[in-house]
Amino acid sequence: MKSILIHLKPFSEKSVPFKVTDVFSFIQAACMAALLSACNGSQPSGQSGSNLSGSISIDGSSTVYPITEAIAEEYRKEQPGVKVTVGLSGTGGGFKKFSRGDTDINNASRPIKPVEDSICKVNNVSYLELMVAYDGLAIVVNPQNDWVKQITVAELKTIWEPAAQGKIKRWKQIRPEWPDEELHLYGAGVESGTYDYFTEAIVGKTDESRGDYTASEDDNVLVQGIASDRNALGFFGFAYYEENKDKLKLIPVDDGNDANGAGAILPSIETVKNKTYAPLSRPLFIYVTGNAAKRPEVQNFVEFYLANAALLVQQVGYIALNDSEYQAELDKFKKFAEQMQ
Amino acid sequence: MRLREKLIESFLMLCGLITVLTTIGIIWVLAEQTVEFFQHVSLSEFFMDTQWTPLFADKHFGILPLLSGTLLTTIIAVVFALPIGLTIAIYLNEYAHRSFRATFKPILEILAAIPTVVYGYFALMTVTPFLQQFIPDMAGFNALSPGIVMGIMIIPLISSLSEDALFAVPKSLREASYGMGATRLQTVFRVLVPAASSGIMVSVILAISRAVGETMIVAIAAGMQPRLTFNPLVPIETITTYIVQVSLGDVAHGALEFKTIFAAGITLFMFIFILNNISFIIKKRYHEQYE
Repeated sequence: MKSILIHLKPFSEKSVPFKVTDVFSFIQAACMAALLSACNGSQPSGQSGSNLSGSISIDGSSTVYPITEAIAEEYRKEQPGVKVTVGLSGTGGGFKKFSRGDTDINNASRPIKPVEDSICKVNNVSYLELMVAYDGLAIVVNPQNDWVKQITVAELKTIWEPAAQGKIKRWKQIRPEWPDEELHLYGAGVESGTYDYFTEAIVGKTDESRGDYTASEDDNVLVQGIASDRNALGFFGFAYYEENKDKLKLIPVDDGNDANGAGAILPSIETVKNKTYAPLSRPLFIYVTGNAAKRPEVQNFVEFYLANAALLVQQVGYIALNDSEYQAELDKFKKFAEQMQ
Repeated sequence: MRLREKLIESFLMLCGLITVLTTIGIIWVLAEQTVEFFQHVSLSEFFMDTQWTPLFADKHFGILPLLSGTLLTTIIAVVFALPIGLTIAIYLNEYAHRSFRATFKPILEILAAIPTVVYGYFALMTVTPFLQQFIPDMAGFNALSPGIVMGIMIIPLISSLSEDALFAVPKSLREASYGMGATRLQTVFRVLVPAASSGIMVSVILAISRAVGETMIVAIAAGMQPRLTFNPLVPIETITTYIVQVSLGDVAHGALEFKTIFAAGITLFMFIFILNNISFIIKKRYHEQYE
């Protein structure tokens, strides 16, 4: 039997049976991660020239983790002598260690709870809360979808709760006036902070949702899926929607609570910041202990954090505060550090 | 001199053993993890449940949605590739001029040299939008487009092996057919294709096992939603895609969720193993017939 030989002949670009540009755009996407980490050097604003040493231990929310880790990565280049470790035990798990004084900084996707605060007091741990970014989720459909004008939180719950698995499969089942078409769902994969947050805000229980949807940790896959599927509905980080505006249709969300804005509200940088786009937006924080704020390497790191957050927050997919707000947080921290001395 | 001979001999054997040992090692790992998996999930659930959601709150471990995804894309690929591949084989063997054949075959086989990731993006970015012009309801991720592209990929496999089979039909049969006054077309379809049918079947089965194990094309273009359906227009998930999805995620090693990929893997392995054995048996018979 003859074997299948692969004859490689030089061929002109014309005979290639696919669009070369598609491949290039793919390669571009594949290299994105490499590029992101490669474009350093120019962006971190210069801090003190002196070389610090010591170590800073950070733990907490996996949602804030990408921001803190991105900043820590830049910081390590600036101050190679300082060892910065960033864990991701979740906001609650992080606060447990934080309130014992085991960690210096805690990443938090919600404000500290009264219980956690009282444990800090018992253990004599003073702390400062610093807001570092906003997190918002966008609900999107295909631009050809002309029936969804807005959606309520209750309807989103009907769609995504575990009980919907294998049952809610058509648009008509959500609202009778919507067409009798198949409903194709796209959303973040179970390992992402976006998934934790979405399930918590919509279903009411963290990490509980139906399983029969296109789940991907890669937002590109979700954008591609929704942009090319008339019957699609999906969610992902608001910053990611901003980058793909032209291919998607954003849906206003009504939480049924008129106290934070009446009716359905479209996410935007303003509505995320003024908290009317609820419950799919929230501020993100870092907490610093008083003991840590006394140490020069921690002071230097936090200052570096707030000075570089604006740029890096956007790169990792969140909404940054204004420059003046970062300045206010920085002033707050400087004052706190002085008091601790 | 004898010692050198022995050394070379054992080196050659070692090379052979590497492949065998690797296979045994892979089967061992697969089997070990699968056994642990089935201590938590019953066989009946694995084969009868119609949902596959091991990563979610409401856990189901039914392999059928993944299996249907794999079968669906494979069937589309073979339905697309078999008529074209066979026609090419017949044309090249019976009709084409020798010089045309000499240039056409290598070009055809370039298809087999294209990386599957390129095929995947070809399906997603080119074939799907093209098909959506005719079928507006088709989802961006679907079984049809990667199925067709997979078909394009396996055309050289079918045409090349089928052509070998047609070529191997003894000249006497062909001449006898012409001698009886049959036309060229009659000779091809009534004599040559039936005589070469076992070889053609081998080519199809090898193409099927290639399509069943294909990963990149379906992972990119078919979607990631396990769904028990034979509708080619909606997002589905194949066994291979599921394995990729879990391996790329952060699922903890040793967790039940992680073991699901071994259970899925062994299902795939058994599938391809059986197909290859069928082709082996057919091939053996075929050789007995003519040599």
